[in-house]
Amino acid sequence: MAVTRKRSKRFEVLAARPVNQDGFVAEWPEEGLIALHSPNDPRPSLKVAGGRVVELDGKPREEFDMIDQFIADYAIDLSVAEKAMTMDSQEIARMWVDPCVPREKVVEIFRGLTPAKILEVVDHLNVVEMMMAMYKMRTRKTPGNQCHVTNVRDNPVLLAADAAEAALRGFIEEETTVGVTRYAPFNALALLVGSQTGRGGVLTQAALEEATELLLGMRGFTAYAETVSVYGTERVFVDGDDTPWSKAFLASAYASRGIKMRFTSGTGSEVQMGYAEGKSMLYLEIRCIMVTRGAGVQGLQNGSISCIGVPGAVPSGIRAVLAENLITVTLDLEVASGNDQTFSHSDIRRTARMLMQMLPGTDLIFSGYSAVPNYDNMFAGSNFDIEDMDDYVILQRDLMVDGGVRPVSESEVIAVRNKAARALQAVFAELGLPAITDEEVEAATYAHGSEDMPERRVTDDLKAAQDLLKRGVTGLDIVKALGKRGFEDVARNVLGMLKLRISGDYLQTSAWVDGEFNVWSAINDPNDYRGPGTGYRLSPERWQVLKNIPQAKRPEEIGE
Amino acid sequence: MQVDQTLVERIVSQVLAELGQRQGAIAQPGGTADDGLVALEEMGEAKPGTRSDEVVVGLSPGFGARFKRNITGIRLSAVLRELLAGIEEEGVSARVVRVRHTSDVAFIGHTAAKLSGSGIGIGILSRGTTVIHQKDLAPLTNLELFPQSPILDLETYRAIGRNAAKYAKGEAPAPVPVKNDQMARPKYQAVAAVLHIKETKLVEPGAPPVECQVRFAS
Repeated sequence: MAVTRKRSKRFEVLAARPVNQDGFVAEWPEEGLIALHSPNDPRPSLKVAGGRVVELDGKPREEFDMIDQFIADYAIDLSVAEKAMTMDSQEIARMWVDPCVPREKVVEIFRGLTPAKILEVVDHLNVVEMMMAMYKMRTRKTPGNQCHVTNVRDNPVLLAADAAEAALRGFIEEETTVGVTRYAPFNALALLVGSQTGRGGVLTQAALEEATELLLGMRGFTAYAETVSVYGTERVFVDGDDTPWSKAFLASAYASRGIKMRFTSGTGSEVQMGYAEGKSMLYLEIRCIMVTRGAGVQGLQNGSISCIGVPGAVPSGIRAVLAENLITVTLDLEVASGNDQTFSHSDIRRTARMLMQMLPGTDLIFSGYSAVPNYDNMFAGSNFDIEDMDDYVILQRDLMVDGGVRPVSESEVIAVRNKAARALQAVFAELGLPAITDEEVEAATYAHGSEDMPERRVTDDLKAAQDLLKRGVTGLDIVKALGKRGFEDVARNVLGMLKLRISGDYLQTSAWVDGEFNVWSAINDPNDYRGPGTGYRLSPERWQVLKNIPQAKRPEEIGE
Repeated sequence: MQVDQTLVERIVSQVLAELGQRQGAIAQPGGTADDGLVALEEMGEAKPGTRSDEVVVGLSPGFGARFKRNITGIRLSAVLRELLAGIEEEGVSARVVRVRHTSDVAFIGHTAAKLSGSGIGIGILSRGTTVIHQKDLAPLTNLELFPQSPILDLETYRAIGRNAAKYAKGEAPAPVPVKNDQMARPKYQAVAAVLHIKETKLVEPGAPPVECQVRFAS
């Protein structure tokens, strides 16, 4: 007996659409599989006695877990808290959006709010209002963008070429990671040499296990760190052998060596790890943001990050992701706002998700944008990759919005990729690392991805990469190698990166470094938005750069 | 003729359930004739190994017990068989333990490595996520990590077993080729979260790992 269920042709067409490849799940509030509004989320409350918090969001001090305690002791400004907590949540929400209320005033109120109160306030906003608030509230006036540079084979020559191209395209930060952990020193080295060939001052990092990441930073192979994760429930912290105090200690280790760093968190991580305690994703994320603030760290990468498939699968999840970015900047922190992981099979969905950060602008709209094809993205793919680059550049032009990158020509890309590959070839030769052949340089110059590269002897590379650390090679050795082989300009840029450690200016909130090694941050480029005509506006020079895409035909040449 | 789909499904599942009952122990835990696993028996607290030529495979709390299949539906008995076959192919002996105090793959792998006479262990979650670990490494680092469970196939599991055995012999094998499917996340992440919640409910804080006896039909 054959069973057939006659299907609607229309529903068959719809079922085949990319969006239906995405995994959606219904809310499971008891386990915290919900964006906002878990029945277990606490009600806002704050009681202060003897100069310290004795009740936080309905919980007496004796019952605090370590995150409650950290937030109560370090992340709430008691000089403003009692007044701020009595304000009506809707009134605070309106101040967020009202252009006539200056940013500083909103920041001051939020210094005194508890996690549950912040959740209540943000829930009054829809996504358009959140974007308006983001425009006003981000700490630094000028938006920026970060990219990923990785490849599936950890090929160092290709990493250097891609890093150089990404720098040319305008990314102010570049992040790499590894397929195979032991390749890490080479990846960091290739990213440093490549980025500084593309443009001096681009900040680079290697996302690794925390001790290795710190070590490479101290050696001068990287300029900042980002993958120092914090979580919203005690159990998830403990599972990672960590506490808010241990993370704060790690943060101070970076600061002591003059290395920029930010924390990372994001909605969905606690539920992903099975310990959400039944709380909503956004409530737990607000706790992470406050831990970051309490630790004295200048910034935070959030926007769900590697857990985006979780909020992305539940109702209002993408709104919650924008909300977490907004709360971060409102607590006066730099935000690297996600968009850094594959989010959807649907081009429509992934674009809509990205516009939430691109339109208002953030410190780093993507964290990061895949500067390589997604098949080479070792963060398991980004929301946008290099193949989407022309679309992204044209969106900037269509909407007259600064998304942090610029149009480039094929010839300048080829030139800079070639120079970076040759620079790395020189460094490898000087440092006695497995040779980079001319054939590899040529391939990296014209490559799209690792499929276009000849194979390297991986076991030799891995041995040499570990040996590099054992030998105690530092950033200065890289400078010397570049100088000796005739790459003086790149050598000067790498030296400039090392000098940043001494001045420490780039430890300020939301700092980036321009091609002349000037540091721009919330200190000397503060967001002064007060309505139309104020805040960040494209300068005529910047608009000239953004609007002149090579694809646009010149009218005087049409028909000629 | 119109047939009520749900009725058919109900009948089919009832028949299947009855068939399963008749097969008795063979259906536990999830094995069938073609992958040959007949038992996964917990034997008491796992002890550190003394043989320098062994790899310890650490199973997550629900592996093969609460969960019979990984996230893409591959039978966990088949997965385990491939891991063990890969190890044995290299002339190294394998021991299986169940880790009960955590559902974090890094710590499961590290626990297995610490129990292993060679210092090499494999950690695996019910949804399929796998790590090759070494006892002297920090728990959150690893020799090789296979984080994307939806793209791991049986061939890869066998290769993971082989490489773990090679590390145990003191060799430096080329890592198992890293696969990468950027669309695994949007398709599976929320499902993985639900599976992980369910597995994490099985965690027994403070419970020591237990030795498992694995028997396959010949």
